Amino acid sequence: MPRITRRDRSDAPSSPAATPGISRRAVLGLAGAGAATAGLGVAGGFAAARAGADAAGPAGPARSYAFAGEHQAGIVTPAQDRLHFASWDLTTTSREEVVALLRRWTAAAARMTQGLPAGEFGPDSGPYDAPPDDTGEAANLDASGLTLTFGFGRSLFVGADGADRFGLAGRLPAALADLPHFPGDVLEPGRTGGDLAVQACADDPQVAVHAIRNLSRLAFGTASVRWSQLGYGRTSSTSTAQRTPRNLFGFKDGTANLKLEEPELVDDHVWVAADDDADEGTDSRWMAGGSYLVSRRIRMTIETWDRSSLREQEAIVGRTKGDGAPLSGGTEFTEPDLAATGRGDVPLIATDSHVRLAHPTSNAGARMLRRGYNYTDGSDGLGRLDAGLFFLAYVRDPRTQYTPMQTVLARDDAMSEYLRHTGSGLWAVPPGVASGATMGTADGAYIGQGLFT
Amino acid sequence: MPAPRTRAVVAATALLATLVACTPNDTSTPDGTSGAATLTVDSSADACVLSGDTAPSGNVVFEVTNSGDEVTEFYLLAEDGLQILSEVENIGPGITRDLVLVARPGSYQTACKPGMVGEGIRADFTVTDSGAQVGPTGAVADQLEVATTNYVAYVKDQTEQLLTATEAFAASYTAGDDDAARAAYAPTRVHWERIEPVAESFGDLDPRMDLREADVEAGAEWTGWHLLEKDLWAPVAADNGGAEYVPLTPEQRSTYAAQLVADTQELYDRVHSDEFTLTADQIGNGAKSLLDEVATGKVTGEEEAWSHTDLWDFQANVDGAKVGYAGLRDVVAAKDADLAATLDERFEQVQALLDAQRVGDGFALYTDLTEDEIKALAASVDALGEPLSRLTSAVVL
Repeated sequence: MPRITRRDRSDAPSSPAATPGISRRAVLGLAGAGAATAGLGVAGGFAAARAGADAAGPAGPARSYAFAGEHQAGIVTPAQDRLHFASWDLTTTSREEVVALLRRWTAAAARMTQGLPAGEFGPDSGPYDAPPDDTGEAANLDASGLTLTFGFGRSLFVGADGADRFGLAGRLPAALADLPHFPGDVLEPGRTGGDLAVQACADDPQVAVHAIRNLSRLAFGTASVRWSQLGYGRTSSTSTAQRTPRNLFGFKDGTANLKLEEPELVDDHVWVAADDDADEGTDSRWMAGGSYLVSRRIRMTIETWDRSSLREQEAIVGRTKGDGAPLSGGTEFTEPDLAATGRGDVPLIATDSHVRLAHPTSNAGARMLRRGYNYTDGSDGLGRLDAGLFFLAYVRDPRTQYTPMQTVLARDDAMSEYLRHTGSGLWAVPPGVASGATMGTADGAYIGQGLFT
Repeated sequence: MPAPRTRAVVAATALLATLVACTPNDTSTPDGTSGAATLTVDSSADACVLSGDTAPSGNVVFEVTNSGDEVTEFYLLAEDGLQILSEVENIGPGITRDLVLVARPGSYQTACKPGMVGEGIRADFTVTDSGAQVGPTGAVADQLEVATTNYVAYVKDQTEQLLTATEAFAASYTAGDDDAARAAYAPTRVHWERIEPVAESFGDLDPRMDLREADVEAGAEWTGWHLLEKDLWAPVAADNGGAEYVPLTPEQRSTYAAQLVADTQELYDRVHSDEFTLTADQIGNGAKSLLDEVATGKVTGEEEAWSHTDLWDFQANVDGAKVGYAGLRDVVAAKDADLAATLDERFEQVQALLDAQRVGDGFALYTDLTEDEIKALAASVDALGEPLSRLTSAVVL
């Protein structure tokens, strides 16, 4: 994404007047498909310029991000504030129908991420006796930084019985192996797995929910929603320009996250290379430029956490609650000194603290690009908040980056006493649709095309 | 520092209790605000700069910032410069940490100790009489000592009963007398649940003895109470992830039962070692964490997933918390009568709800409770847990 951003930026028009001007309504006049596509081209190039600018300064509500590019948007894109994540089960047995769905989704996503309606007519025009091709609740709202990021679950390739559902079993990436059972997992089937997933991030929750709703509508008959999750208050920063947010424990989260300003690290730890699976006997070159997404719904036992002393809370996290400085000293961005000891040679950063166990040096240098969100789904039947962290992390190989770390955390992290993993997903996120490609036509480009060709 | 670490803490706690007492609910200020005096302390490599050298008696906050590049500590000492009244340790470079205490009128010394070595950088400090009531003097230290001694004796007694009962349970189970084993299961575990935080403090024993199936790591062996529980209350396939439950063989039974007895013996030995001591703050935190155990696992029915005897554990956790609190109650009552009154009342409320579920010598099964009953129990646990979380600071501050 950073490289694409820079390249597109130099090609982009420089007039600032065009930036916020593309509202859903304004483009409705262009209704014809060709015109809309032309409009997209401009918006796309421009959006990339905005993305570059936004990383360095405060984000305006009108920003939009290019949909096309080497990588899908929504990964290194500066984390927006709101999330609607959804997973679908395919109800069809036809490979052609799956491809057709991905084409429909690609076209609609390309439009919606630019602040356009899901369909070419929009919510209040088109045939009078037909339902509108956009549901309408986002009319007059701008793109709000919407990104839509698509992923494929293992079950798309092979069924639970090992069946080759769509002739894709031979292209199943070795890295898309089922996650093991971790201590503390109480996974609910209704919050776990699925064939397809979409991560919708935006600065306006109405825009994110609108996007999933319209994609879901386009899927009826081919796929049905398995589960979805709303999130707010991004809990990690993916750009150095962003202030580190706080999780529902009240602590800063994501201080040591990978950032888009670190393209070499992102290349090493996030993007899949063409030959990553070369020795595994599978043909997954289609994943080059893609990434793997781990999604975990982590419920926090908020009430008991709130009853724990400040001493215990800080010892568990390994950082101060106020500034987020590691307990070994310094400020938020000071590297934790895991060797520092205090009185009685006891480590200042406890051996079972979250910071120590999650630190790359405790995990063979493994890093992840996290972009999780807080969630609150009201309260449970006992009057306690059903709330926590919807953890999202992009990695190049979950087997070496996520699984070992989570194994250690689940077993040894003092924080795990206050956590319960209730949902889980692992997704192969394919590369983006090439910039300049035609989308939305019978032979146009679509997300995941490399898998099906 | 003249004394080694452990003795220093005990001394600090004891002296603190006699010389500096705590009344968190102090309403002596005219406007009803907390009225804490806040002083800043800048602890650098070679200086210890306080924003003032006096404070009125009552709540005093020292906001200690470490501007040096070594770990530092800050002390409030008695006038003689020997007795430690309160301290904050392990302040990393650049970090600010509060030392909160309730000070009586008198002369004191302050000390910063960059690098945590030597006498520290000292200065005189005076607490003037503000007229604020700062709690009783006298016998508090003795009370705390009695409380800790009694609690250690309680823990030892429970491990003795646990060991005896576990041996009997294991014998029935190994012999294939499932009815007797099922009958003994919950009453035996009561002794474990009453001292759960102590058992958990031995990090290796708790996972071996009390791990639930959901907490077993992939590839790791599941052992302990809940493995036997599942075998005694074998689930149907639908409750077992769709798979037919395979009972343990007689050989497996005797292996796992023997290990449980051996682990219990290990717990007994550790608790009866001369090394085993507890401090007042550990008892206070233990009482709180017992209620957390209830809130997290028992009132949700997760602890006893197969036998559904969660209310036995619930009662035992409450028992353990209540014993811990009872030992500290005189101290709490003297320092914060309102907190003591609240805790007395809330313990009674929880107990009344539990008593309503008594069946014979035990309790109703979790699965027989109505949603309203579970919710009432949960609310009573939260109502007790919240003030109980203030017990430690009330006693130790």
